[in-house]
Amino acid sequence: MKKQDEDRIKQILREALPPVDSASEPSRDLWPAVLRRIDAEPGSELSRLEPGRQNWFDWALLAGLVVFAVSFPATIPVFLYYL
Amino acid sequence: MPERSEIVRFDSVPELSSNDLEHSQNMLARFRQGDLNAFETLFREHQRSVYGWILRIVRDPAAAEDLTVETFWRIHRAHARFEPARAFEPWARRIATRAALDWLRARRTESGRAATNFDQDVADLSSRSAADPGIAAETRLKTAQAFARLPPGLRIAAVLSVVEEQPHKEVAAALGISVGAVKLRVFRAIRLLRKDLLEQGITP
Repeated sequence: MKKQDEDRIKQILREALPPVDSASEPSRDLWPAVLRRIDAEPGSELSRLEPGRQNWFDWALLAGLVVFAVSFPATIPVFLYYL
Repeated sequence: MPERSEIVRFDSVPELSSNDLEHSQNMLARFRQGDLNAFETLFREHQRSVYGWILRIVRDPAAAEDLTVETFWRIHRAHARFEPARAFEPWARRIATRAALDWLRARRTESGRAATNFDQDVADLSSRSAADPGIAAETRLKTAQAFARLPPGLRIAAVLSVVEEQPHKEVAAALGISVGAVKLRVFRAIRLLRKDLLEQGITP
């Protein structure tokens, strides 16, 4: 591609997509939305207020693994090998 | 359309006094430790510039607001990895660029929607007297649509470097790539754009 073709495409692109106004700013205060997003996160301050809710799945998974290891002890070395 | 000289340069940070510098360092250290008040202060200081950066990429005010929220959520999530000795703004801009890239990729998979805002941009532009009369409205429309079809990584490099005239060094830092890679992406974007226009019967 020739330099003049490249410059022409750039010129057309600038015309097609005008630069954003530097004075642009959000139409609303976004801080409340950021706080809601943080509170919706697992392990956030809000989630920590409900300790029974946050990690029941982790405990269930761990219990399942313990039961499996006790039931089939021969598989433990195989698991350890692949860790 | 703003004059090119009015476009905010992100490297034009005013000099800080020693007290301001100490206060800023203290704020960043508290943010790193997870202090929500320090995070809110940083949010208030930087939300406008982060929003502006994202808007330059996605060119959709509503999406830019959502992505600003997403960016600050990611920043909060990554607070422990922030190094207070480094500047907050470039770090935030890099996270914002990643969020915008993810959004563009997700949108690209949704058929036909990508061109909608570009069509609106061009329709708005048609009413502006600053538009070059030598370039037909149809050419501008098809250019915008062709640009919307480019891979998101190329689009970001091209829109920031060519349209917004941001320095290659800043674009490279925001994308986490080298200056050479930015130039290469811009070149590939322009070449693909030209090819697309030629296929539509438009000779630039």
